[in-house]
Amino acid sequence: MIKKIYMYKKFERFWHWTQALLIFFLALTGFEVHGSFVLFGFEKAVILHMYTGFTLIILIAFAIFWHFTTGEWRQYIPANEKLRDQVRFYLVGIFRNEPHPVEKTVEVKLNPLQRLTYLGFKVVVIPVMVVTGLVYYYVAHGDIHLHTVKWIAILHTLGAFVLLSFAVIHVYMTTTGPKLTSHIKAMFTGYDEIDVGDK
Amino acid sequence: MKKLLYLFLSVAVLIPVFPAALNAGDADHSRFPELQRKFTRPEDVTRACLKCHNLAGKQIMKTSHWLWSRKSDKMPGRKGTMVEAGKKNIINNFCIALTSNEPRCTSCHIGYGWKDGTFDFTDESKIDCLVCHEQTGTYRKFPAGAGYPADVRKLFPGNNKWYDPPDYAAVSRKVGKPKRSNCGQCHFYGGGGDAVKHGALDSSLGTPTREVDIHMGSDGGNMVCVDCHVADKHDIKGQLYSVSSDNQDRLNCERCHTIRPHTQKLFIDDYEAKEEMGYDIFKNKLYKRKKPEDTFIHRILDKHFDRISCQACHINRFSTQKPTKVWWDWSKAGEKNDQGKPRKIMDKNGHVVYDGMKGEFRLVKNAIPDYLWFNGEASHVLVGDVIDATSQPVAINEVEGICGSEKSKVWPFKVMRGKQPYDPVSKMFIVPKLFGPKGSGAYWADWDWDKSAAAGMKAAGLNYSGKYEWVESVMYWPITHLVRDRDNALTCNDCHSRNSRLAGLEACWIPARDRSLVLDVLGMILFFGSIAGVFVHGLIRYKSGKKEG
Repeated sequence: MIKKIYMYKKFERFWHWTQALLIFFLALTGFEVHGSFVLFGFEKAVILHMYTGFTLIILIAFAIFWHFTTGEWRQYIPANEKLRDQVRFYLVGIFRNEPHPVEKTVEVKLNPLQRLTYLGFKVVVIPVMVVTGLVYYYVAHGDIHLHTVKWIAILHTLGAFVLLSFAVIHVYMTTTGPKLTSHIKAMFTGYDEIDVGDK
Repeated sequence: MKKLLYLFLSVAVLIPVFPAALNAGDADHSRFPELQRKFTRPEDVTRACLKCHNLAGKQIMKTSHWLWSRKSDKMPGRKGTMVEAGKKNIINNFCIALTSNEPRCTSCHIGYGWKDGTFDFTDESKIDCLVCHEQTGTYRKFPAGAGYPADVRKLFPGNNKWYDPPDYAAVSRKVGKPKRSNCGQCHFYGGGGDAVKHGALDSSLGTPTREVDIHMGSDGGNMVCVDCHVADKHDIKGQLYSVSSDNQDRLNCERCHTIRPHTQKLFIDDYEAKEEMGYDIFKNKLYKRKKPEDTFIHRILDKHFDRISCQACHINRFSTQKPTKVWWDWSKAGEKNDQGKPRKIMDKNGHVVYDGMKGEFRLVKNAIPDYLWFNGEASHVLVGDVIDATSQPVAINEVEGICGSEKSKVWPFKVMRGKQPYDPVSKMFIVPKLFGPKGSGAYWADWDWDKSAAAGMKAAGLNYSGKYEWVESVMYWPITHLVRDRDNALTCNDCHSRNSRLAGLEACWIPARDRSLVLDVLGMILFFGSIAGVFVHGLIRYKSGKKEG
């Protein structure tokens, strides 16, 4: 049986899509600054990347506030009992049409693997990107003096590649709901379709 | 009564002040009794000048313009050793060296009679005041006269032009602050012709538009050479590192533009330039500099100031108007035409690319400079130095500098290459005698490199083994003229891209030029690996779903 649950609140959805757009645009301008291609021209790419970056930082500040005031931050506390089952599901069970090992509810939106991934995203990747990005900005701006921005740039680029790969897998994973588009729809409307089995 | 007295006093004060303010100078030379006479010899003009300007002689004698050398114990490679270095004893790869060729080379000396090693550098009457200060445009030195103008009407075979003796009295009565033409008559024509040597200093700066040079353009700042190249007691600021070695007496843009030139206004905007500087540096009142802006990108540009010279971006290209030599191969010299005269070959634009007297040339116009780190210090090969010809080209001068050191900045350079004679036994560059009469050993009279080398080395007081070989050499000329405004400066992508102008520069890190190849490859593997992974995963899901369905 498929149940419709109001899973994602307004701010959550707004935060998610704005962040997605900003990160996409940061990747586009960022890889131009990296020298991978020429699209806007280096000068414009730098300016756009800078403004987009600061916009994202503001958004992140609101998101952090939201997570703590709503208690949503608890969603990311690792819960590893069923981690192996979850990995096994993606590697084997999903092909055999087995049910998800962990039920998605409003209280537990994330499966154990997601918890770990998003925790890493929030406490490692994003902070590294924000810090290296800010250092890079202030070096260029003249407020921080470094002999070279080499390692800052390399770390920032490494983070960018990780985010690119994350984005690919993230988008693919949205297709693992009851229908291919269930989860994507949910992030727009807030209502997720959950297969609650034969209950 | 009191009112009358004030009026009288103020008029009395104003009379001498007003003409001074209007004319920049405070003396009308045409009214000096010392100059109301006939001069037959230029030295007599100098003596007349020195009668009033009684400190000028001593001042001139300390300058590089007079000495063509400067003492230094800071030259890279020989720090701690006091050496004299300058045009006088530095090797180059144009006409190679001064010694034994004086009368020709010293036609651009600010003196009279430096025809050989016996010239008296303490004789004040030998100073040529007029070449820098005359304002008539009629005073010219004879190209092979050791600094003297023609004494009688003479033809110079080198350019087939006639030279008249100047009217010294008339010229001496019309003198003033050096104009572009005063400086230009030597500095535009270095290396024996217009634009030959510098690559950014040629006759196009005589009456340029702002498209040629924003400062000097008559529709730009309309400044003259000495507006930047200011003098203190006749010692003119500015160094050229084809001959200079120390980081001193340099001119810099920040003198007017501040060290944050893209966000700050000019220093001279801060006060009435006329009052503070004695004259208005911007003669062209119509010219308005675009206002600096305090934006994100302008701050980033300001930050570039720490590592990048102004010239690197604001001199887009060199030799924009006139072609300059970048290759001079003396080993090819000697070919004659059917009339037995030195053969000349022109390119399609009428520029000489082969001359039997001088060898083979390559010229460039509107060329992209080379970029090097430069901290204001340069080493030089001096006459008599032992060189290492095993790795060619041999660097005749080398500029110091490295990314990250405090004084080093990226500078644009014209790189001059060529082939010149060298003694494989003594391992010295040969000082060839080029100019002189038949029988003197001069190459341009006797056409024999062996004799030329022997005569030149003898004049330099050096041994010549009797053997000569050709060695390839290279020289670095910093470029600092032909400055362009912001609309014609480099754009970010010129440096910030993979194969940029700075592709060959050893630099700390230039965004978009530099990357970690390892990271990029691993990152791509991760990215495309993820795509492939989800594709395969999806495919298996699709197939297994079908089986069951």
